[in-house]
Amino acid sequence: MATADVAHHEEHHHHPSGVMRWITTTNHKDIGTLYLCFSLSMFLLGGLMALVIRAELFQPGLQVVDPHFFNQMTTMHALLMVFGAIMPGFVGFANWMLPMMIGAPDMALPRMNNWSFWILPFAFTMLLSSLFTAGGGPAAGWTLYAPLTIQGGMGVDMTIFAIHMMGISSILGAINIIVTIFNMRAPGMTLMKMPLFVWTWLITAFLLIAVMPVLAGAVTMLLTDRHFGTAFFDPAGGGDPVMFQHIFWFFGHPEVYIMILPAFGIISEIIPTFSRKPLFGYTAMVLATAAIAFLSFIVWAHHMFTVGMPLTGELFFMYSTMLIAVPTGVKVFNWVSTMWRGALTFETPMLFAVAVVFLFTIGGFSGLMLAITPADFQYHDTYFVVAHFHYVLFSGAAMAMMGGAYYWLPKWTGHMYDEKLGKIHFWLTTIFFNVTFFPQHFLGLAGMPRRIPDYALQFTEFNVISSIGAFGLGFAQLLFVYVIVKCVRGGSKATDTVWEAPRGLEWTVPSPAPYHTFETPPKIA
Amino acid sequence: MSVAGQAQASNRRLIGKLVLLVFAMFGFGFALVPLYDVFCDITGLNGKTGTADANSITKDAVDRSRTITVEFTGNTAGGLPWEFRPAVAKMQVHPGALTRTSYFARNTSGHAGVGRAIPSVTPSEAAAHFKKTECFCFTEQTLEAGELKEMPVQFVVESDLPPGINTVTLSYAFFNAEKYARRTADDEAQVNAARTSNIRGDRS
Repeated sequence: MATADVAHHEEHHHHPSGVMRWITTTNHKDIGTLYLCFSLSMFLLGGLMALVIRAELFQPGLQVVDPHFFNQMTTMHALLMVFGAIMPGFVGFANWMLPMMIGAPDMALPRMNNWSFWILPFAFTMLLSSLFTAGGGPAAGWTLYAPLTIQGGMGVDMTIFAIHMMGISSILGAINIIVTIFNMRAPGMTLMKMPLFVWTWLITAFLLIAVMPVLAGAVTMLLTDRHFGTAFFDPAGGGDPVMFQHIFWFFGHPEVYIMILPAFGIISEIIPTFSRKPLFGYTAMVLATAAIAFLSFIVWAHHMFTVGMPLTGELFFMYSTMLIAVPTGVKVFNWVSTMWRGALTFETPMLFAVAVVFLFTIGGFSGLMLAITPADFQYHDTYFVVAHFHYVLFSGAAMAMMGGAYYWLPKWTGHMYDEKLGKIHFWLTTIFFNVTFFPQHFLGLAGMPRRIPDYALQFTEFNVISSIGAFGLGFAQLLFVYVIVKCVRGGSKATDTVWEAPRGLEWTVPSPAPYHTFETPPKIA
Repeated sequence: MSVAGQAQASNRRLIGKLVLLVFAMFGFGFALVPLYDVFCDITGLNGKTGTADANSITKDAVDRSRTITVEFTGNTAGGLPWEFRPAVAKMQVHPGALTRTSYFARNTSGHAGVGRAIPSVTPSEAAAHFKKTECFCFTEQTLEAGELKEMPVQFVVESDLPPGINTVTLSYAFFNAEKYARRTADDEAQVNAARTSNIRGDRS
C-alpha cells in the first residue's frame, strides 16, 4: 500500500532523470547519497596521498618523492580527510537519517541543501588543482601556520578560497540541520525523545556555526597579509605569528569534536540494536555531549604548549583538557553498560561499533598523556601525536561511519550487504589500522618528528611495519567499495526492520526507504 | 496565517538568528586580534615588554641589595641585509635603576632600507617588569646604503621582579619593514634615488 502511494507520487513530480536528477535534486535522501559518495571518493583519494607518505617513509633517506612534494602530501591528505571525507560524510548521514529519525518529510531548507552540497566539488577541485600550480599546493600542514603560509605561491591562495567555500558549505549545512531539528519534528517527538544521533548532530551544528566563521576569519587574515598589505601575522608590521596559532586552534579544537560527536551518535544507535537493550543513560549521554562541546572552547592552547605561555595559562589548559575525560568517560561507560547483560550479536555494524569504543578509548588515553604539559614538551610534533589523532579520527570517526554505513545500507538500498565480506572488511581494517598506527606511538616516544620525509636509522623497523600496515589498510578499503556496490546492485531482500528489534522511526518505513517518507507525520508513542 | 505559512515564518526567524550568529563569530575572529594584544600585555606572553615614562621611573627607589644580570642579543630576520649587534653582551643592574645601553646597526647593502625591531624578554615572567623608556624599537628605522647607526635603549628592571629571577635576556629581531614603511613623498624620492644610483653603480 505504501509502495503504491510512493509510485503514484513519483509519477506526479516528473523527476529529471540521469545527471540532471542529481544536480537539481532537493530530496534529502538524494543529497545524502551525494554527500556519502563524495565523502567516500575523498576518503580514497586522501588515502592514496597517505600511501605516498608511507611509501616515502618505508625506508630512511629520500627515494620516492622530493621533500616539498612530501609536505604537500601531508597537508593535502589532512585537508581532504578533515574537510572532504569526515565532515561531508557525517553531513551525508545527517541528510539521510535526520528527517526519518524525527518523522519529518525532508530537511527544512531543501534548496539550500542542494547548494551546500554542490559547493563542495568546486571547492575540492580548486584545492586539488593547486597541486599543479607553480610552487605547488599548500605544504605548511593542514594547520596552515603563518608565516609559512604568508610565503608560498598561488596554491596557497587557492587553498584559502577553497577553505572559504568549504566553510560556507558547512555553515549552510549546519543551519539547515538546526532548523530541521527545531521546526520539523513530528508532533510528540520532544527534544528528549530524539535519537542520540540527532542530539549529537544538533550540538555539532552549533559548534560548526560557532567556529567555521572563525576559521574563515583566520584564512582571510592570511589572504590580506599576503596581498593587501596588512600585518596580522608579520612582526615587521607589528603582527604576531603566534596569534595565528591561537585563532586557528580556537577553531581547531571544536573542529576535532565536530568530527567525533556525530560518530558518538552513530555508535549510540548501533550498540543498543545489537545489545537488544535501550541505550543506558540517555540523559547522561545528551548532557555529556553538551559538556564536551562547551569544554572544547576553552582548551585550544593545549595544541601549542611549546610556543610559550605563562605558567598559569599552561596549568589552566592542562586541567581543562583533562576535564574533558570526564564526560567522555561517561559516554564510554554508558556504551559498555548498554552492552552489559545484553543479548549481544556481532554483525558487521556491531563489530565496528565495539572496535570504535575500544580503539577510540586508546586515542583518548594518549590524548590525556598529551594534555600533561611537561610531558607534552617531549611528545609535541612527534609521531605520538600522529598516532593519537589517527586513533580518534580513523578508528573513531571513520570506522564509526563504516559501521553506520553497514547499519543503514539495507534501509538505503533495500538489500542486505554481504555479511561475510563485511566481516572480512572489518577485520582487515581493524588489524591493518593497528599495524599502521600502534608502532607510531613508539616512534613518537623515541622522538621521531612528524611531517619530515626522512628519519634516523633507529626508527626504520617501526616505520617499515607502519608502511606495510598502511598499504594493507588502503587496499582493504577497496573491499569496502566492492561490498557497497554489490549491496546497491542486489542481494537478499531486506525486511523493513532489517535488524531484530531496532529502535527508531527509520525502521518503520519500508526498505528501501521510499523517495518520500513521513509526508504525514507519524504517531509518536 | 496557514500552517505552512506559520512554519515558514518560524523557519525564517530561526535562520535569521543563526545567520546573525555566523556573522558575530566571523567578527569575533577579528576581535581576537586586539584581545590577543591585551592578553599579551597583561601576561607578558611572547616576552612583550612594557613601556614607561622616564620621569616616573627616577622616583622609584633603587634596590641596591639585589643585582640582576641583563643580557643583550640581536639578530636580523626576514631578509634584512643589515649587521646588528648589542654594544655590550651583558651588564649588571640594580632593580629600579634607569640604565642606558645601545645597539649598533649597519646597512651592509648598497641601498637604503627600513627595518623594525621586535623586542622579546625571557623569561616571560620578567617581561612585565622590564620597562623601556626609550627604544629604537618604538619606531621604524631607516638606514641609508652603508650607514652605521647607534641605537639607544633606556630601560629599568622594576623592583617587583619575581625573586627567583636573576638573569633577564633582552633580544631584538630586526625585520625588513620596507613593505610597511610609512614614508613621505620626499623619503620615497630619496630611497628611489638611492636605489637608482645603486643599480647604476652595479652596472659600471
